[in-house]
Amino acid sequence: MANEQTYRVPAGDRRLILSYIGIGLAHLAVGILLGFMQGMQHAGIDLYKYTFLKHYYQGLTMHGVYNALIFTTFYIAGFLHFATTHSLKRPMQWPKLNWATFWLMTVGLLMVDWALLTNRASVLYTSYAPLKAHPAYYLGLVLVVVGTLILLANMLATYLAWRRENPGQRTPLPAFGALATMIMWGMASVGIAVEFVFILLPWSLGWIDTVDPLITRTLFWFTGHPLVYFWLLPAYMSWYFMLPKQAGGKLFSEPLARLAFLLFIPLSLPVGFHHQFLDPGVSTGYKAIHAFITFGVFMPSTITAFTVLASIETGGRARGGKGLLGWIKALPWGDPSFSTQALGMVLFALGGISGLVNASYTLNLVVHNTMFVPGHFHLTVGTAVALTFMAISYWLVPHLTGRKLWGRRLAVAQGWLWFIGMAIMSRGMSWAGLMGVPRRTALGSATYVLPEWITAFNWMAFGGAILTISGVLFFVVLIMTALRGEKSAEEVAVPLAEPLHDEAVPAYLDRFRPWVLGATLLVVLAYGPAIVQLVSVANPSSPGFTPY
Amino acid sequence: MHIHPYERFWIGLAAVLLVVFGAAIAVSSLALGIEIPGATSKVVATGLPADATNQQGWVRELGPGRYEVNLVARMWGFEPNVIRIPKGSTVTFYIHSQDVLHGIKIKDTTVSMMAIPGQIGRATYTFEEPGEYLFMCHEYCGMGHHVMSGKIIVEG
Repeated sequence: MANEQTYRVPAGDRRLILSYIGIGLAHLAVGILLGFMQGMQHAGIDLYKYTFLKHYYQGLTMHGVYNALIFTTFYIAGFLHFATTHSLKRPMQWPKLNWATFWLMTVGLLMVDWALLTNRASVLYTSYAPLKAHPAYYLGLVLVVVGTLILLANMLATYLAWRRENPGQRTPLPAFGALATMIMWGMASVGIAVEFVFILLPWSLGWIDTVDPLITRTLFWFTGHPLVYFWLLPAYMSWYFMLPKQAGGKLFSEPLARLAFLLFIPLSLPVGFHHQFLDPGVSTGYKAIHAFITFGVFMPSTITAFTVLASIETGGRARGGKGLLGWIKALPWGDPSFSTQALGMVLFALGGISGLVNASYTLNLVVHNTMFVPGHFHLTVGTAVALTFMAISYWLVPHLTGRKLWGRRLAVAQGWLWFIGMAIMSRGMSWAGLMGVPRRTALGSATYVLPEWITAFNWMAFGGAILTISGVLFFVVLIMTALRGEKSAEEVAVPLAEPLHDEAVPAYLDRFRPWVLGATLLVVLAYGPAIVQLVSVANPSSPGFTPY
Repeated sequence: MHIHPYERFWIGLAAVLLVVFGAAIAVSSLALGIEIPGATSKVVATGLPADATNQQGWVRELGPGRYEVNLVARMWGFEPNVIRIPKGSTVTFYIHSQDVLHGIKIKDTTVSMMAIPGQIGRATYTFEEPGEYLFMCHEYCGMGHHVMSGKIIVEG
């Protein structure tokens, strides 16, 4: 393991990775500002009139698309490209595709940007028909997804070449995690590919007149739930394979870490109906099956909670922490990359629990489409994922640019502010949701607001304001690092945790094929008959509407 | 594969918790009769009144304390949007959308469902407490989404 650190990712790849990350983060910056405006709107302060935005829902669409789709996908493309080449210690197998993939995704993104900025696609990120957007929006998103699939192909080719070059060796952990993530995503993307390429795009071009909104919705959620694991697994890569090293410790259990990643391949996929519990037209039997499998996907996250915490504890104890909880104090809280991720994990525990509520079939009746749902996912994607990607940037950008992190203490404060702001905002959202407040609604203009809701709205606005300050600090730290960061003589190291025990790993924990086959079988069983039934009674009679 | 005894215990505990939660869901659904919408679409309209897809909404009394409400959802209102029923009534709601996706949530009840063009949603609830029950659209349906609401007045 010792020479893990010595491989230098080629300069061209460094520029590529920085470009992916830069584009992702630029869109996050816009997304955060729009979030601030939403919070203010809920508190009765309309900031939209000072901008070129037509209305709340145009901003809300951009907030969701930029934060949840664009920031995540571009950041992940950069990070996984890095993890693959760095840990396999070889360039990509098809280097000519590297920049082609990037430009394909970027051209797609520019089309999406144009459609969103000109209010031609204010359909929210779920893109539910019969709301219809400009063709550029659908085509742009298709190009972004195609780019990720080319990246998957390139990663697989690189992995197979590495296997030939290193017979009998176990796949290095970061590359293993990156591959598991992308393989799962490749399978998941089938739903949205069929929906966008064969239904929504031709429909928006006028080639077909009408669609079946239940079928497009079902295809969306086929991809839409595994999508959250596409965001989450790169964060898990950091927690399992990097964070223990940053804490001064080792990975508590390598086999369980591998098992957790592999379990996500079959279990993330056949769960989409838990977003459609309240859809008429989908049978309750399939809803129950998906609810059951959703509970199953809680298991790899439970393993993660234990293994990652135990790994961090080895760090705290190695740093001299004593007693039942003394190791927590001994952790490197002054290291922004560590502290930010640790705080993200704390809120993620609450996000996981509120996710169980959402998935709980009958209990979902209470929270479905209420503010409870954004209260949940701002803890998961908005904290666990976003904070972890910010924290990764705190070592990855210095590593790639050769400049030391500027403003370490400011960076630590940034993580804490996000943690505090999100705890307040999510508390307000969850509370509002339990009082029956709908999500995706311009609450500041709603005609039916009850007096008992107002305090919760103010919590949301106040938390959102703190989050915005944190977001600004993050970009100040990163931009100053790139411009003014002290040139470091030595390369900023990539944190790579070694396993605590050098133990044998069963062969099935270092192979993807059996898990892909299992996942395919499970998807066919859990989705096949339901989709056949939906198509057999299809009612494609909805024309498009553009009420925005 | 070696698993630390504490971790083994933790995984077991998580599995037990999920079984308990699963059992609670089964009880709520099977024994307490809390229903979520199923495959009661227009195409397989078993048990639905034939006129539930009418252009107009209506409220009708089926018998003492039993009502049916046909809710039409369209941008950006419900029809009917004020519903009066006596306390103790059991009401079956049908909902369909005439344009984009909508949804309905009746505050402080178990009634919540999506209104999907081409499908009919159905939910039943017994209003034991008198008072005003706010309901609103809970799926984004365009610029006027936040004005789409109504109320049920349960008279004591």
